[in-house]
Amino acid sequence: MDTADRGKDSAFRARAPRVVPSPNSMPATLLQKVWDAHAVRQLPNGQTQLFVGLHLIHEVTSPQAFDMLRARGWRVRYPERTIATVDHIVPTRDQRRPFFDVMAEDMLSALERNCREAGIQLFDLSSGAQGIVHVIGPELGLTQPGMTIACGDSHTSTHGAFGAIALGIGTSQVRDVLASQCVALNQLKVRRIRVTGTLSRGVYAKDVILEIIRRLGVDGGVGYAYEYAGDVIDRMSMDERMTICNMSIEGGARAGYVNPDATTIDYLRGRRFVPAGEAFDTLAEWWLSLASDAGATYDDDVEISGSDIRPTVTWGINPGQSVYVDERLPGVSDVEGSARSAVEEALEFMGLKEGDSIAGTRIDVAFVGSCTNARLSDLREAARVVRGRHVAGHVKALVVPGSQAVRAAAEREGLDQVFSDAGFEWRGAGCSMCLAMNTDKLEGREICASSSNRNFKGRQGSPVGRTLLMSPAMVAAAAVAGEVVDVREVALVD
Amino acid sequence: MSIERITSIRGSALPLRGDNIDTDRIIPARFLRSVSFEGLEDHLFEDDRQQAGAAHPLSRREYAAAAILFVESNFGCGSSREHAPQAIRRRGIRAVVGVSFSEIFFGNSVALGLPCASVSTDASRVLIAAAEQAPGSVFELDLEARQLSGAGLTVPVTVPAGARDSFLRGTWDATALLLDHYEEVEAVAARLPYIRA
Repeated sequence: MDTADRGKDSAFRARAPRVVPSPNSMPATLLQKVWDAHAVRQLPNGQTQLFVGLHLIHEVTSPQAFDMLRARGWRVRYPERTIATVDHIVPTRDQRRPFFDVMAEDMLSALERNCREAGIQLFDLSSGAQGIVHVIGPELGLTQPGMTIACGDSHTSTHGAFGAIALGIGTSQVRDVLASQCVALNQLKVRRIRVTGTLSRGVYAKDVILEIIRRLGVDGGVGYAYEYAGDVIDRMSMDERMTICNMSIEGGARAGYVNPDATTIDYLRGRRFVPAGEAFDTLAEWWLSLASDAGATYDDDVEISGSDIRPTVTWGINPGQSVYVDERLPGVSDVEGSARSAVEEALEFMGLKEGDSIAGTRIDVAFVGSCTNARLSDLREAARVVRGRHVAGHVKALVVPGSQAVRAAAEREGLDQVFSDAGFEWRGAGCSMCLAMNTDKLEGREICASSSNRNFKGRQGSPVGRTLLMSPAMVAAAAVAGEVVDVREVALVD
Repeated sequence: MSIERITSIRGSALPLRGDNIDTDRIIPARFLRSVSFEGLEDHLFEDDRQQAGAAHPLSRREYAAAAILFVESNFGCGSSREHAPQAIRRRGIRAVVGVSFSEIFFGNSVALGLPCASVSTDASRVLIAAAEQAPGSVFELDLEARQLSGAGLTVPVTVPAGARDSFLRGTWDATALLLDHYEEVEAVAARLPYIRA
């Protein structure tokens, strides 16, 4: 870290909190408390102007925002509260500059120029801290409970795992945040989703969130923030909570969060942008006070039995179209109205037949990566399945760590060797084949077993490419078998 | 800085069937490989158009001049890419009418002065059928009167109060508003426990 970085780091880090707002007297949700702490005023149109505590930017959705800012002669108000990295377009194989991919080089160059001019700290490929923006924020301790967090990327909801209000925004709003450090927002309703019981062996956070989306629908969350609670969530690690919150957007929710607790505090202690000593203790006390109160009222309350969830795989073209790995695909006649044409369209695109078993579906590509499932714990689970095994002959398999730090940590544990021995390609950090903005993409009608978050038509780079979403362990099992299999039958998992 | 008041949009309609049409379909990610929004309209629904051939409404000459896009439910779900409403707006579409919209898409559209108005499922079906049967029929989305009329139909529309107000007042471009009374913003920031004084 150079001296300039140190200066920037400390500008971001709080020394010691000056005033700790007293908790509301009325029982309130975390959403309400964090909202109130950041509310500037009510705008004439009824929306609330909210201060943004952490703004994360990347190369795809920010260059136009900087251009708009320049065109209007505005400056970046709080450059120390914006942090940049490069993730979407980075090549994951040869990362030497200039990139072979000329457009990727242009986009990164624009980000570098914009950050330099505005005095924004950029974690680039030479920093050792580059990675998917939603992986590095938490990893560096930039993401903290009680913050409002905005980023020009829908998976910003990931940061809600810490008890932050984390919002995906568009480029015009990126411009707004750069210019004013604020967003205008409508009040959100809160739906509590309690996942009770105990998860079975081989069932992961990914299966839980796919279950939630299947039950509540891909638009079930419109107008809501999702508060994830219950025994299953309480026992989860921060990595797992991030997987859950990450896909809130896939359920249509504007945001998703988990109340901060001892797990949250333990994760944050000692991280680069988190203050140490007494300042940490004071902050931690504030963080814990933000958790939803016992008597808080919710606009909706849903309970899901975690014990009943089984390893889940999507079969269609949106993340709500999923089945348990030992289930059969829905029959077209089982559904009515517009839902029926949606099922028909999805089956046709996927080349699958109603009533078929999803297990046994032959795959061409296996992708372990993305902001949903490319943290160290995800890589460990996948490695556990492939250790001592080999990828099926017809399958191209790749692991794309979520960040340079994840990659380095995995290498220290020898996971790179496990994957390489098994026939996986071990790549550099980035978004990669989750959305195929670099050269990692499906070809033709290839089917990919993917630990990412979206199975939309064309999502992985080929307009007719097909995606089956599942947990990293299930991706690993599919890579070895060459087809979708139940990870519980392939590997001893616990 | 735009201060254009948007009270009504008049023009022919382009019907687009399907629930949960995501922003990856509206503008595939490979067209986001740029540092500007210019030319996005050429790639609007590119892959859908390729796959549907000449039958896709966006490929049909009779919809070339459409000003209003008729859609079904949860339109614009998925990625927060503003490139999606940018591509739509740059194609000449000035309003979207459907059953429901993803919130991020909706917000991004507001920021571009592109109203997204909701109608009932039944009304959506009727409107799409009308635009399919008689391409070129002129419709008018009246934000003040909260209604859409055309092709012999009049249906009520809903637009969330905040957004509607922004269009009617011409304050849909929010930046200037957010910079107003900036001392209040600084006061909130200074109170936050995680920000150093």
